[in-house]
Amino acid sequence: MTSNGLVGSSPNRVGGRDRVTGAQQYVADIHLPNELHAKLVKIEEARARIISIDTTKAAQVPGVRLILTPDDLPHPMPRFGPQYQDRPVLAVGEVKYHGEPVAAVAADTREAAEEAVALVQVEYEALPGVHTIDAALDPDAPLVQDPSSRSGDPFAYSNIRTEFNFGWGDISAVEGEADYVIEREYEFPMVTHFAIEPHAFIAEPDGDELNVWSTIQHPYLLQKILAKMLDLPLSKLRIFAPDPGGGFGGKQHAKLEPLVSYMAMKAGRPVRLVMSLEETFQAVRRSSTRVRVRLGLTSEGDMVFSDIETNYLIGAYVDIADRVAGKSSYVAAGPYRIPAVKIVGRTILSNTTPTTAFRGFGVPQITWARESTLDEAALELGIDRLDIRRRNLPEKGFEFIPGDLPADGDWSQTVDKAAELIGWDTPVPEGRGRGIAIGLKSGPTTGLSYSTVRLLVDGSALIFCGTSDMGQGARTVFAQIVAQEMGIPIESINVIMGDTATVPFDQQTSASRSTVLMGTSVYRACKEIHGKVKTMAARLHGADEVDIEVDSGTVRLTGEELPIVDVVREGLGPLGGEVIGNGEMRKEKEPDHPLAGSAAFFEFNCTAIEVEVDGETGEIQIVKHVTVGDVGTALNPQQVKGQDDGAAIMGLGHTLMEVIIHDDTGRIRNLGAIDYRIPTSKDLPLELISASIENKDGPGPYGVKGISEGSLLCTAPAVGSAVRDATGLVIRDLPLTPQRVWEAMRERDRA
Amino acid sequence: MSETIHIETTINGRDRAFEVAANLTLLDVLRDQLGLTGSKECCVVGECGACTVIMDGIPMNSCLMLAVEIDGRDVITVEGLATDGHLNALQQAFLDLSAPQCGFCIPGQLMSAHALLQRNSDPTIDDVNEALGGNLCRCAGYLQITEAVMVAAKAGKE
Repeated sequence: MTSNGLVGSSPNRVGGRDRVTGAQQYVADIHLPNELHAKLVKIEEARARIISIDTTKAAQVPGVRLILTPDDLPHPMPRFGPQYQDRPVLAVGEVKYHGEPVAAVAADTREAAEEAVALVQVEYEALPGVHTIDAALDPDAPLVQDPSSRSGDPFAYSNIRTEFNFGWGDISAVEGEADYVIEREYEFPMVTHFAIEPHAFIAEPDGDELNVWSTIQHPYLLQKILAKMLDLPLSKLRIFAPDPGGGFGGKQHAKLEPLVSYMAMKAGRPVRLVMSLEETFQAVRRSSTRVRVRLGLTSEGDMVFSDIETNYLIGAYVDIADRVAGKSSYVAAGPYRIPAVKIVGRTILSNTTPTTAFRGFGVPQITWARESTLDEAALELGIDRLDIRRRNLPEKGFEFIPGDLPADGDWSQTVDKAAELIGWDTPVPEGRGRGIAIGLKSGPTTGLSYSTVRLLVDGSALIFCGTSDMGQGARTVFAQIVAQEMGIPIESINVIMGDTATVPFDQQTSASRSTVLMGTSVYRACKEIHGKVKTMAARLHGADEVDIEVDSGTVRLTGEELPIVDVVREGLGPLGGEVIGNGEMRKEKEPDHPLAGSAAFFEFNCTAIEVEVDGETGEIQIVKHVTVGDVGTALNPQQVKGQDDGAAIMGLGHTLMEVIIHDDTGRIRNLGAIDYRIPTSKDLPLELISASIENKDGPGPYGVKGISEGSLLCTAPAVGSAVRDATGLVIRDLPLTPQRVWEAMRERDRA
Repeated sequence: MSETIHIETTINGRDRAFEVAANLTLLDVLRDQLGLTGSKECCVVGECGACTVIMDGIPMNSCLMLAVEIDGRDVITVEGLATDGHLNALQQAFLDLSAPQCGFCIPGQLMSAHALLQRNSDPTIDDVNEALGGNLCRCAGYLQITEAVMVAAKAGKE
């Protein structure tokens, strides 16, 4: 592709070549000498008391080197988690969800490990569990977590993990101003990440050090957790994090790294565990939700109050689910001017797969409920669905959530663009329907990103930064920033990531943060180099530093402009060397903020959909799918489009087809690719348009905001709205499968 | 130890003769015995397409084949597409159009696309989506992948 590689262009992806030759190394492609292959021992129950684990027969399989049971681990069982230390390395005493590992085998070959796993005899007693919101909240429900592990917790004797309360204004004081009040409840099912790369881990004891390879998105957080569990200094625990083969949030937090680390240390040899897709399904999922929205409006459609209750069914251990629920509940009222808002959020423990971050971080679930309820209100009030949204949007700079970042974009432009692209004002063709919805997500609330840029004597450069490039294209964007600021070709830049021993600390790769936060850090590293180059130029040219400007690859002296690289080459002299710049970007905690930090930016999206619904089969054909994001600046328009298209299609997955199905005892019945459907090239909209609004008004370098999640935030309500428009059917549960739509049509026709 | 069988085959244009365990899949042998890790393991039930290779011109899920089945056959994996370090037109189009995001599904996508272009040098977009319908991409770079195949097809005609 012809591109100058600078900011605003779309150079070929850095790392793209290895991705088309098969040379890209993912964790499972890495082999260590003398390694052992690990497999997990599990039972086919969602909840059971473990009576005994007999490894006698398994140990006799040739090639088996280690069988790890809870008895082989420290007492009490080490536990971990990003929010609560509640997840045990192996199930201890009780299996709390389908697929929770009870033991693990390491052998010379995969086959030996598999054979031995089948011979480990686990004696257990099945116990009744809970895997729905209603069952978990039943006063007689068995408790998922032991109350003694939750001392001082007011909900310890229930399955409620945490309750969140947000809001502003006083609903009772303004309620009388509402001419119309609507109350609706919407459900969002369990779905799973289904990254095409299943999770994989390798641990290697190395003297008094431990090396761990993981498909992790947050290597530094993993390092911190493992160091604490294993009582090692951070300097002795090295995490290698090759580019993940898709993350989407599912690879943010430690899963089986602690287990594999204990196994490797016990065996004294490297141990690798490559999970199957089925096991990955049993490791990560999105919280399912039930959200009740009570909305008060004037007859003209102005919002008076919003009263929202969000219930998130989380798994047996919390992982990051509390944060997901809190952060998404906090923005549940959406990007609207509302005088009074009350939000009560709740996480509910269950005997199901632990839930974690998943693209959108809880927002798609609550947006489905809020936007759909707003739609129902518009229909009942006889107000156009676009107009009701437009009239309640805050103007730029309005503090629509008191105490947080004010509206950081001219959002009406985004909405208008989506309406224009779908042709909102044009007649809807016969047999079709249109829908529109708005999504809003808070960007990161805290951040810490260090980077180092080394401008080498030959004019090439190295960037060290701890972001994980899991497909979003972080390497490319950072290389573009350095190409821009140093005035060097992007092809001469190498971006080094994924090794905690060589790359400086980065908090995490999540919340669409990296271009803004790490991007700022890299930009600042470049600015430090600019400062050094200025000093160099002053020395070389006998000039005063105040008379020199260094910017965008150029040194400007009085009457002369020189490329940075020429000044550096001359300035470094005969010994050569390099000019090093360090960058740092901090977004500190704000202790008084309900989320301990205001949003660095908002991801704002408007999605508009046109559908055709097959009256015979209930199948929904997406005729046209428009998604528009407020991106500030598209540093790489091709990658922005790729992220937006991808998120939009992923949004169609949870809207139209994806759902994890349990049997009555809580076992997952559709593990794996045959029975769990995600969108393929045969499931695409007939037309998909991803567009951006660019006003250079973001907090990152060159005015950039975060992207990557926006276009799936409101896919479901936009489709639901279009289906309603086409058929008159109101369906309040997902996915909108042909069966569900057909049943609704049949019910309507009977009525 | 499982029984091993001697096979003679052509992999990426090179004649090879070696012993394989009778119980191993082609994917396992490619990845673990021959070090051709470009073919990826995901679902292992023939649904995701990440392990796709081409055998005698036909795209196959290597996770569903035994390695012994390639005896006497001609096999191409993703590592066989480039020549002397030069990307072929399909790889170049994938790169130029930013078809790979995380990249994990890309080897399989490339093999399905390569097989399509071998048998149909002038495909329609529907042909491409049909031929690649068994290759899942969770990054959902489908539009870019399809466009890249169309661009490569056009380049091949010129």
